[in-house]
Amino acid sequence: MAALRLGWAAVFIWIFVSLILTCKCDSVEKSDESVRDEEVARSPGEPEHAEESSNDEVQAEKQQWHTTDFGMNDALENSKAHSGGNDSPGDSRAFKAPPAKDHFQEELVIRPLHSGDIYAGFQFRTQLDTDFVQEGKKVSHYRLFPKSLGQVLSKFSVRELHISFTQGYWRTMQWGQPFIPAPPGAELWVWFHNTVQNVDENWKELTNVLSGIFCASLNFIDSTNTVEPSASFKPLGLGNVTDHRFLRYATLPREIVCTENLTPWKKLLPCGSKAGLAVLMKSEKLFHSSFHSQAVHIRPICKDWQCSGTAWELRQTLSVVFDLYTSGQGKKDWSLFKMFSRTLTEACPLAASSKLYVDVTDNPEGELFDLSPATPVLNTTVVLGDRRTYAVYDLTKAETFGQLRSLNLLMRWKGEGGDMLRPLLHAERYVAGFGLQTGEIHTLIYNNHPYRAFPVLLLESVPWYLRLYIHTLTITSKSRENKPSYIHYQPSKDRLRPHLLEMLVQLPPHSVTEVTVQFERALLKWTEYTPDPNHGFYVGSSVISALVPSVVAMDVNSTQERPLFSSFFHTKEESSYFVRVYTEPLLVNLPTPDFSMPYNVICLTCTVVAVAYGSFYNLLTRTFQVEEPSPPLAKRLANIIRRIRGVPPL
Amino acid sequence: MGLLSDPNRRKALTSLLTRLNTPICVLCYLAGIAWFMGLAFEPFTLRTYMSENAMGSTMVEERFPSGERALATAREFAAHKKKVGGMPVDWLVKTMQARGLEVFTQSFSRTLPFPDESKERFMVRGTNVYGILRAPRAPRTEALVLSAPCSPGNSNNQAVGLLLGLAQYFRSQIYWAKDIIFLVNEHDLIGMQAWLEGYHHTNITGMSFTPLQGRAGSIQAALSLELSSDVITSLDLVLEGLNGQLPNLDLANLFHAFCQKLSVLCTIQGKLQRNDWDSTEGYTHAAQTMMLMVLKQASGRPWGDHGLFLRYHIEAATVRGINSFRHYKTDATTLGRLLEGMFRKLNNLLERLHQSYFFYLMPSLSRFVSIGYYMPAFGLLAAILLLRALDLWVQIGSPAPVTQDGVGEVEPPSSPGVLSVLTPIVISHLTGVALYTLPILSQDTAVEHFPVSETEAVVLTAVAIYTAGLALPHNTHRLISGEGTEQGWRVLKLAALLYLAVLLGCTALINFSLGFILAVTLVPAAACVTPHMPKSLGALAMVLLSPGCIILYCIFLFQDLQEAPVTLPECCVLFLSVISQGILDHALYGSLVYPLLALFVYPCWLLLWNVLFWK
Repeated sequence: MAALRLGWAAVFIWIFVSLILTCKCDSVEKSDESVRDEEVARSPGEPEHAEESSNDEVQAEKQQWHTTDFGMNDALENSKAHSGGNDSPGDSRAFKAPPAKDHFQEELVIRPLHSGDIYAGFQFRTQLDTDFVQEGKKVSHYRLFPKSLGQVLSKFSVRELHISFTQGYWRTMQWGQPFIPAPPGAELWVWFHNTVQNVDENWKELTNVLSGIFCASLNFIDSTNTVEPSASFKPLGLGNVTDHRFLRYATLPREIVCTENLTPWKKLLPCGSKAGLAVLMKSEKLFHSSFHSQAVHIRPICKDWQCSGTAWELRQTLSVVFDLYTSGQGKKDWSLFKMFSRTLTEACPLAASSKLYVDVTDNPEGELFDLSPATPVLNTTVVLGDRRTYAVYDLTKAETFGQLRSLNLLMRWKGEGGDMLRPLLHAERYVAGFGLQTGEIHTLIYNNHPYRAFPVLLLESVPWYLRLYIHTLTITSKSRENKPSYIHYQPSKDRLRPHLLEMLVQLPPHSVTEVTVQFERALLKWTEYTPDPNHGFYVGSSVISALVPSVVAMDVNSTQERPLFSSFFHTKEESSYFVRVYTEPLLVNLPTPDFSMPYNVICLTCTVVAVAYGSFYNLLTRTFQVEEPSPPLAKRLANIIRRIRGVPPL
Repeated sequence: MGLLSDPNRRKALTSLLTRLNTPICVLCYLAGIAWFMGLAFEPFTLRTYMSENAMGSTMVEERFPSGERALATAREFAAHKKKVGGMPVDWLVKTMQARGLEVFTQSFSRTLPFPDESKERFMVRGTNVYGILRAPRAPRTEALVLSAPCSPGNSNNQAVGLLLGLAQYFRSQIYWAKDIIFLVNEHDLIGMQAWLEGYHHTNITGMSFTPLQGRAGSIQAALSLELSSDVITSLDLVLEGLNGQLPNLDLANLFHAFCQKLSVLCTIQGKLQRNDWDSTEGYTHAAQTMMLMVLKQASGRPWGDHGLFLRYHIEAATVRGINSFRHYKTDATTLGRLLEGMFRKLNNLLERLHQSYFFYLMPSLSRFVSIGYYMPAFGLLAAILLLRALDLWVQIGSPAPVTQDGVGEVEPPSSPGVLSVLTPIVISHLTGVALYTLPILSQDTAVEHFPVSETEAVVLTAVAIYTAGLALPHNTHRLISGEGTEQGWRVLKLAALLYLAVLLGCTALINFSLGFILAVTLVPAAACVTPHMPKSLGALAMVLLSPGCIILYCIFLFQDLQEAPVTLPECCVLFLSVISQGILDHALYGSLVYPLLALFVYPCWLLLWNVLFWK
């Protein structure tokens, strides 16, 4: 705030000086020019004001005040952006347009999973202290933040954008809760700015543009697979807009993710894949894995801890799970080189921080595995309700790389890993029944917490060609009916929009809740079938969002490590944590005509049979009578005459 | 159509049809039989070919190395099985887990309606163990199944060993696009039924089982493995499933292709293929193979564990290893490579198997007869019924001398006929319902009063009701309408003929073999029967052509074709066990042959029996 006030004081002083010195001095003229430039840059919507200001100073002053009153917030942020970081008051550099502040962080988390597999999660975070979406302002200078995304954000007035491409299914029961959950296939959800007039049109264009940026089939997102969830997807960034008219959510469960999607994703990084952690991302290794998920999350965040302005955060995440058997040959020993066929030699020079974390929670005394090179830096945080300890390697420090100038992290297992804590929440889904007429979708939600009940939000988006019989919706837990406290249901419209079903369900402790709904399979028009109709049609994952009671709160042993006074009441961030769980997508067969020669034959024979049947039926039911041959003309005339005479005809 | 709408020409046509009716019918019958027998003649059949692109051109290199280790596992499994005295569930769970699968168990129990004497079971209780190999980077939407039964005694140990060996090998491969489920089912078909019903969350047969914990999406194809020796001479492919359903022909083609690639002897119906189609022996061999398939399909039972998959639209087949005294042996490694190859090609599938035929007969593994070729044989037989019906229709219409006005005006003679026709129809169907329900309902009563076991009680009750049906209904119409008229039996026979035609037509569409076998025997009876025949001779002929005797002939023929001929008394014993099996198949797996015979075919035949004894 102090810097801000000083900045404005500088502006006032300058205005006074310009009022007093009415003489046409060269130097003043120059500074006048610079102000005009800045004014234009700041508010292109009002160029005539700036024009006037150079002509008539008094008028200009009024105009300036006027503008300030109008766009107070705007101006505040601007001046802050300009003077941010400059401690010297009244610094003249505040008047020039310096590049927007941005910085970049990268990190890699490696976590040995209990199944013997190994998880590697990259995260790259770029923060840009400028607001694109503000009215009448254009950001044209980009440094670390990718320009392609910045332009998209401002053009379509996007407030928040989350996109993920996933190949494979996160096995919650073996791997625990994921850090960044994502459904198989592609998922896109966007909050638009609340000034957007036509959200659907923006959404359509945005999906097409993103499809180009990420080389993915996002252009297949249309009204038939887009929904507006009312409760499940809340903005993760700044802003309290919760009107779900500005939210769009779509998944493409069939989307296949491969190198063609990875390359454009890597290009968004400031260092590309040339330096830093990104050198590890070699496609042939990343796709030789059990699970691959890459995502881009963009959201507005607070610029500083006081939240004096908005900044934009871009998080690029990549999660990979390497399999114990296929890539590890059944051995649990790992090294960076074995995983990625590369070692680390440097941090990305543009990165403010570059760190490598290894989860060593299960290995406090080093009895389970050896980590080499060893690091003394340990970091303990609560992740997903569980207190974890991480060994930290700071790549910006030269000593991390040792004498060989390269870091090849090695993990050698000595014993068997302990038991994994059962994930408190997990879900699965399947289609029940047989035949091609009806079926039933079963969603099972497990609450494995021994004594706590908690509510979950279930979101199901089902394509229109499965006609849900919503009256058959049943929710049972512990063989008793479970009434949801909130239901939002939007019925489908054929060929226009999908079913949307959102429910808030309370899960009793240590229970399985089963949600079932019956459906009928629609017979599509013959042009609506995909080229491979017998493969089946996909139904996207259902989404379960919940605040799960923390394991830390359940853990008795943790009281021994902590002072007693700190642990009587659960602190808020430890008592529960947010989890989003995706179920597996479904593959449903629809009644499919046999698009082949026999099909034509059947059509033809049916036609023939129908024609033959019609005429036979006609013949069998009609009574035939022998028709009198028509009498000759003379006789007919004679009959007419006889009728007139009243005599019976011949 | 002009031909029929012109009354004169129509009259000429009908008179031609009535005058030449018998010769045409005889001709049709002979032509139908000849056509059917001709299907086995090689020049008339098509060579099998792979229709599915995804399985055809893609090359697969089989590398399964560890046949010996699989056999060692099999020995270990046998030892544990012996120790536990049943399915070694814990050992299987541990072994599968050690191979990196997600392992789940399902326990089930089922009380049969009456004891099954051939397999010696009544209260069945068991556990299925299955492990899921999760395909890397696949979202659990598609799966393949490899199953092996845990049989009592020493059989099928090698199948389980090979299954575990394949699981271990498959687990270390990266190319899987579909999850693979390795299933060891106890109590063969009952366990399989429990597992399938659990997987699809249905319950059609009243079995009790625990719900499945792990699933892997929609199952695309399944193979069931039966193997009881370390080395084999040949592999037999079993296709016939529940209610005569067959898997897609491409699955058989796939098996044949890999047998040829790895030069493993392969058979179908236990018969090797011969190359001398132009000799009599060659033709007889093909005809025997085809007849065996027809008989098996007509029985409507699942002939292997795969048979129950077909209801769920999952293409499945059983591969059975046969060890006979030949010199040429195939070892477990080759067998593993064969299965590996088949699974890898199934893994390549983009769609469900749908390109090739679902309705076919196979005179040998490399030849098939498609539905378009065999249906005319049935059509010729069914045409007889329609021709006779037409003849009767004309006869009913014509006795009135005023033939000029056509058929519409013969109201008075046919109106008493409606009631006299309806009564036998209702009564014979009630007999059918009794035959369907009473044997199981009355088994306790029968056991109390007669010195028989429960199974015998059920079967004998069924036979008793069947025989009683012959005596019961054939005079009933006289109670209602007094003297049976000449017109009366004609209407009744007309109704019976049309009923039989519709019944056989529908049956043949679903299960061609059953429809054809019924047509071959019932059509002559239906065509010839009149009250004017000599009663004793007619009755003998009718009984010999009744549904019950058809079963007897089929058993006789089947045993003969299997090169295990039986004498008449043995055949009768087999007959009784087949009846009990049929009732059990219906109760346990929902086979439809028993209800079809009891509720429809038998009443229909009773109508004809009524015609014979019309007074």
